[in-house]
Amino acid sequence: MAEESADAEPAPRRKRKPIGWSMITIVVLVAISATLVWRRDGFGGVLEILTHDLALFGGILPRVFAGCLLGAFVAEILPHEKVSRSLGPNSGLKGLLIGAAFGAILPGGPFTAYPVASALLTVGADFGATIAMVVSWTLIGYGRAVAWELPIMGTDFTLWRIVICLPLPVIAGAFGRFVYVRIYSPRSEAE
Amino acid sequence: MSAALLIDIILWGSVIGVGFIAYRRGPKIALASFREGSWDFINIVPRIALGVLGSGYIAAVIPQEIITGWLGPNSGWLGVATAALAGAATPGGPVIGFSIGAVALKAGGGPPQVLAYVVAWALFAFQRLLLWEIPFMPARFVWFRAAVSIPLPFLAAATAMAIGKP
Repeated sequence: MAEESADAEPAPRRKRKPIGWSMITIVVLVAISATLVWRRDGFGGVLEILTHDLALFGGILPRVFAGCLLGAFVAEILPHEKVSRSLGPNSGLKGLLIGAAFGAILPGGPFTAYPVASALLTVGADFGATIAMVVSWTLIGYGRAVAWELPIMGTDFTLWRIVICLPLPVIAGAFGRFVYVRIYSPRSEAE
Repeated sequence: MSAALLIDIILWGSVIGVGFIAYRRGPKIALASFREGSWDFINIVPRIALGVLGSGYIAAVIPQEIITGWLGPNSGWLGVATAALAGAATPGGPVIGFSIGAVALKAGGGPPQVLAYVVAWALFAFQRLLLWEIPFMPARFVWFRAAVSIPLPFLAAATAMAIGKP
């Protein structure tokens, strides 16, 4: 699998995502939900949610821009051979641990985690290490725990929750790798 | 200083930091990356718009009472399974997710079940998947990641039952 990425050009450009089935499903779901809201609360209800969400949308746009820039710069400055060696398919337990540690310390919210994870995939990390990173960000990352979980759920619950979750990112990454090599033949991963 | 401001400072500080490293490799490289990032942004804005505007409507048709009902004082593995489902179906942001968990704890839900709920919410909450993960990541990766994460809430609950915490 490692030889495969060798025939890609030295500086891989991220492919723009085509409109796929996921997006179509979302559009259908949203249309159904909006119709249900309209039938229940009338046009006013639809408009109220729209204005509220537009405000939210305006608020997060600058962060999304920052996240995109972060992802692009990270993809540029990370040495590709090094990433594919330390986070690639053959990086073993160490790669999963590095991915998990990276996810745990990554600052910011989803607007940084996902662009950076996407950049890692682009520069040679495999699904397993990237899964470890994303799961670690979501379960162990301190951002959400400090801002929301501690005040609402209490210190005792939050700390035990994090301790119990500590091994999970590596388990998910290892499981992901185990499944990945079995369902995707080396040929099909020409991405 | 508000948490949001702190997040923005850390975020833009990181952008400037990595941008500076790229610039030291050559202004051309930095400019190309900047353009790449800007194109990603332009590409992603419609998807984020759909996620933000759309998930508001989806959240509005899933009443919170349904979720709380699923988290009743169930016990055992059926309770864990329901809690995991409820976590994935919870609409809204972290305040709602954790508040439901806190209410369930106070209403007599078992800690392993509530733990499974919080973990499942963190891993699968449909709103975050639609709004953030699918627009930014290859869809194939997102579904794969979600599928291999399915055992995790159960693992967490099993650990909680074994050690008797939290």
